[in-house]
Amino acid sequence: MKLHEYQAKDVFRKYGIPVPNGQIIASSDQTSRAIQTIQGPPWVIKAQIHAGGRGKAGGVKLAHNPYEAVTAVESMLGKKIVTRQTGADGVTVNQVLLEEGLDIERELYLSMVVDRAGRIPSMIFSQAGGMDIEEVAARTPQRIFKERVDPASGWMPYNGRNLVYRLDPLPSPNALKGLLSVMDGLCRLFSALDCSLVEINPLIVTRDGRVVALDAKMTIDDNALFRQREMLELDDPREKDPLEQMAEKYNLNYIRLGGNIGAMVNGAGLAMATMDVIKMAGAEPANFLDVGGGANEEMITKGFEIILKDRRVKAILINIFGGILRCDVLSRGVVAAAAKTSIRVPLIVRLEGTNVDEGREILRKSDLKFLVAKDLSEAAELVARQVS
Amino acid sequence: MSILLDKESKVVVQGITGREGAFHTKQMIAYGTSVVAGVTPGKGGLDFERVPVFNTVDMAVREKGADVSCIFVPPPFAADAIMEAASAGIRLIACITEGIPVLDMVKVMAFLKGLDVVLIGPNCPGIISPGKAKVGIMPGSIHREGSIGVLSRSGTLTYEVVDQLTKSGLGQSTCIGIGGDPIVGSSFIDLLMKFKDDPQTKGVVLIGEIGGTAEEEAAEYIKADFPKPVIAFIAGQSAPPGRRMGHAGAIISGGQGKAQDKIDALKKAGITVQLNLGTIGKTAVGVMG
Repeated sequence: MKLHEYQAKDVFRKYGIPVPNGQIIASSDQTSRAIQTIQGPPWVIKAQIHAGGRGKAGGVKLAHNPYEAVTAVESMLGKKIVTRQTGADGVTVNQVLLEEGLDIERELYLSMVVDRAGRIPSMIFSQAGGMDIEEVAARTPQRIFKERVDPASGWMPYNGRNLVYRLDPLPSPNALKGLLSVMDGLCRLFSALDCSLVEINPLIVTRDGRVVALDAKMTIDDNALFRQREMLELDDPREKDPLEQMAEKYNLNYIRLGGNIGAMVNGAGLAMATMDVIKMAGAEPANFLDVGGGANEEMITKGFEIILKDRRVKAILINIFGGILRCDVLSRGVVAAAAKTSIRVPLIVRLEGTNVDEGREILRKSDLKFLVAKDLSEAAELVARQVS
Repeated sequence: MSILLDKESKVVVQGITGREGAFHTKQMIAYGTSVVAGVTPGKGGLDFERVPVFNTVDMAVREKGADVSCIFVPPPFAADAIMEAASAGIRLIACITEGIPVLDMVKVMAFLKGLDVVLIGPNCPGIISPGKAKVGIMPGSIHREGSIGVLSRSGTLTYEVVDQLTKSGLGQSTCIGIGGDPIVGSSFIDLLMKFKDDPQTKGVVLIGEIGGTAEEEAAEYIKADFPKPVIAFIAGQSAPPGRRMGHAGAIISGGQGKAQDKIDALKKAGITVQLNLGTIGKTAVGVMG
């Protein structure tokens, strides 16, 4: 689960990580109050969206006077913003953050992630702040410093020293102290809140030697939300596709994609592989839908309804390898969904595994029109032919 | 031979009285697995399908000699269950549970360091040595005893591949789902090393997916030190970056984990990469039949 920048900064404050003074604005009549409260000009106005890349898309603006601040807020609030991560449709900006502008002396990068290969959380620090860190890592890996956190001891002061003393030139003693304290706070909040990623880019040193988190990205481990109720309340459903939201409610793994072939599959790996097969056959998947190994009839029905709700879908492929999810359960779910909604597109079914004969029989006896594919290759070809 | 699991393995099921645990215990017994005990705290003394239930794994080990555990415990309690099994002296743990917080797994991995135990999963279908025993949730009927080792990060995708192998006349020595989480107990490499020493295993099918760098690391190992033929398949060539594709670990993030990078790394290591899932059985016959 992703947090908005302003939400992450509220968390930072609680853990002693300095952030700029700022105020959230949800409607433009709140702007004048914000500029009275927050020191400035200059102010920085930042669109609060989950997608990255907003800076280049007009989602971050500097205002040198109240008029510019009002104009900047109005240019974002309620408008669509298209970044490299949003897709062509873009996302609507529902809130902007107005912050004091700070005098920047130096921009650094600091983040914490779980290092999958090392199976351990690790802190990443770089002098190359304010830049695309993936690019820095690819081009100049020697500029990226890493420190792994021992799960038994937690973050130790030496971990911090290993990072900050690699800076060249060294910042002032005060700034060094500030950096060590930010690192300590970051590590504490990372484990306390079950984060999977926290990123501060840039982490700045101001001209008066203060260390401040100018930006904040924070992702909570979805698997840990059961024990992070407070974080769960920060979830912003407006950032999600309505069909994805509906799927979430029924515990279905659904991701909307750009194509026109709807797919319903059991198991994440097989669902991905089915998308790949569709693509290889010359068509484009409209979605990823994993109904899960243990799906019941209702989940199947809901999953099928979600696919049918997507207006772009021109054909549907059901690919089930029955293991725990039995083919007869799948068939009953599909027939139930079909009874509720009229199916206006060709349906291709490929069933295999547990209770496959019963499953096929249920479909055959229904008044559902569908094509049967004997294996995965044939299924993909049949689907592609429907839309070509 | 097979790896890790055979006819002599004595299995304890942790969470035997839960819905999933109960269902799959029956299936495992039906397959011929020797399930000697179950564990559900507070239900010790009961019987389930004529299997005695204990309060702790320690008791199951001491009274019934269990040496393999299969875990169906819900996510909030699963890390504890893994550590309990390891501390009781279990040598092979298959954790089926999906949804364990990743920081819990960090603790588990630190705990297991230095102990003589193999953890498979979590978030996996388990392990099967066809014709001998199965510990997990895969449909036993699609497997056939033979000489191909199968390693996979996915469940149903593995069934698809195994089904094709069997239908193409290629049986399996041992099939292992290593799990779809960002942190799993055994890596491809850990298990390839075991297949290397197993005389029954003549070749390996490796099924990867987007996210992380496990496949790239496996490619390097295979090139340097694995003498048997390997076929690989990578799911998620059409997956968008930044989205979690069902599995917690299946995500392209920070420019890492792309299917194409994995395919390139595997090919560079001289491994046959099958791009079309529909014909992986046929390809396997060509390479290993």
